[in-house]
Amino acid sequence: MKRGVYMSEMIKNDREFVLPGDEIINSMDYLPGRSCFRDGNSIYSKRLGLVSVRGRVISVISLSGVYVPRGGDMVIGKVEDIHSAGWVVNIESVGEAFLPLSGVREFIDTTKTDLSKFYAVGDVIYAKINSANPHSIHLSMQDPRARKFRSGRIVNMSPAKVPRLIGKEGSMINVIKDKSGCRINVGQNGLVWFEGEKEDLVVDAINLVEKDAARDGLTNKVSLMLNGK
Amino acid sequence: MKRKDKRKPGDLRSVEIKAGVIEQADGSAMVKMGRTIAVAAVYGPREMHPRRMRKSERAFLKTTYRMAPFSTTDRCRPGRSRRSQEISMVTREALEPAIFLEEFPKTGIYLFIEIIQADAGTRTAGINAASVALADAGIPMRDLVASVAAGKIGKDYFLDLEYKEEEETAADVPVAYMPRTKEITLLQMDGDLSVKDMKGVLQTAIKGCEIMYEKQKQALRERWGPNAADVKKELKTKTAKPPSGTLRGTPSGAQASTKTEKKR
Repeated sequence: MKRGVYMSEMIKNDREFVLPGDEIINSMDYLPGRSCFRDGNSIYSKRLGLVSVRGRVISVISLSGVYVPRGGDMVIGKVEDIHSAGWVVNIESVGEAFLPLSGVREFIDTTKTDLSKFYAVGDVIYAKINSANPHSIHLSMQDPRARKFRSGRIVNMSPAKVPRLIGKEGSMINVIKDKSGCRINVGQNGLVWFEGEKEDLVVDAINLVEKDAARDGLTNKVSLMLNGK
Repeated sequence: MKRKDKRKPGDLRSVEIKAGVIEQADGSAMVKMGRTIAVAAVYGPREMHPRRMRKSERAFLKTTYRMAPFSTTDRCRPGRSRRSQEISMVTREALEPAIFLEEFPKTGIYLFIEIIQADAGTRTAGINAASVALADAGIPMRDLVASVAAGKIGKDYFLDLEYKEEEETAADVPVAYMPRTKEITLLQMDGDLSVKDMKGVLQTAIKGCEIMYEKQKQALRERWGPNAADVKKELKTKTAKPPSGTLRGTPSGAQASTKTEKKR
């Protein structure tokens, strides 16, 4: 075997649909990435989804499932509880998220201030995930996009389809923003906040994206539908 | 020895699997094996309740097997019973090896299995439905778990017994199996078999599991695979005609409608 020549052949190709337990490649030249695992010489899929090959890393883009937090993601969450050191936030994910005092822009002296003046129980916030591991999820408001929502609407969609709603470099979401005249904040956890002139159009667009997420030419379809109304 | 429904000894009953039947659940599936119908729903991973069942290093698969009161010929008393608790436990133990539970410590994955109609093999139908539902919910898995029972009547090894056959069989052996790694995750025996017969019955059951495995994969492909949206649309236009009144609750009507669909 020559160096630099991959002798192994892909059993499943890039963008091909796989199910849990499907063999993707039989080779030690590749590494298992997200939603993949190695057993012996082969790499298998953990979830149903589409194969993605980036260099020598093989991963599977999941098509279903609850949101699994990743550092750097923006999410929408509801404040559920207040502790002495911060807030407990429900982000509709695997576990509860925690927004510590260090994650807030201002300095807060807990002996003098009531934490509910910042975020009370029931408040809905747009926050960044600062760190995420299976044991804890820490949020932060130290991001220009992070804020508390005071009005507007929120709808729920499948977290696996959020990338389609945003589109390549935000193409899809920009079309929806333009046509509806709404401000939109997309949470990677599948919650979408919006407020503006034609809020119903946003709902229609989200429904269409959810329904036809697997199809090509989705951005065109959405803009056609929005133009028609 | 011939079978009552004219199947060959190694044949499954007619199998129908559908993924994503419950919209509110994170994942769901319905499995029909002959007259046995099981529906499974998966929620999570989410916070584990009750909290004392929480495991610090892995997720807990909370499994609830339940039979609908109308599922049997005599009314089956609703609520937990000794039998349903046992089946909940063996189902959990049959599925746990397939799931990457260690990826979600301190959480719970909730699995509910409801038997709508029982004609023997409810635990196997339940496991099949649960496994498809778990995959549908996007839970990381090593493999799907397929499950079929087998038994021995006369000198033959019979696959996937129905209720009437179960009365005659020397033993009923439900098996759950992960075809990729060839691991058996459930093995029970109700009755007596010699070692030689046990081997034969086991082999028959494993062959059945492999067929079932393909059907499970097919069901998931129909829901999620490429062009799944087109397939769905086609089905919708084909069955667009409003169903006649006979469909309402009567089993004969329900059967009739599935027959006509097949003909199309």
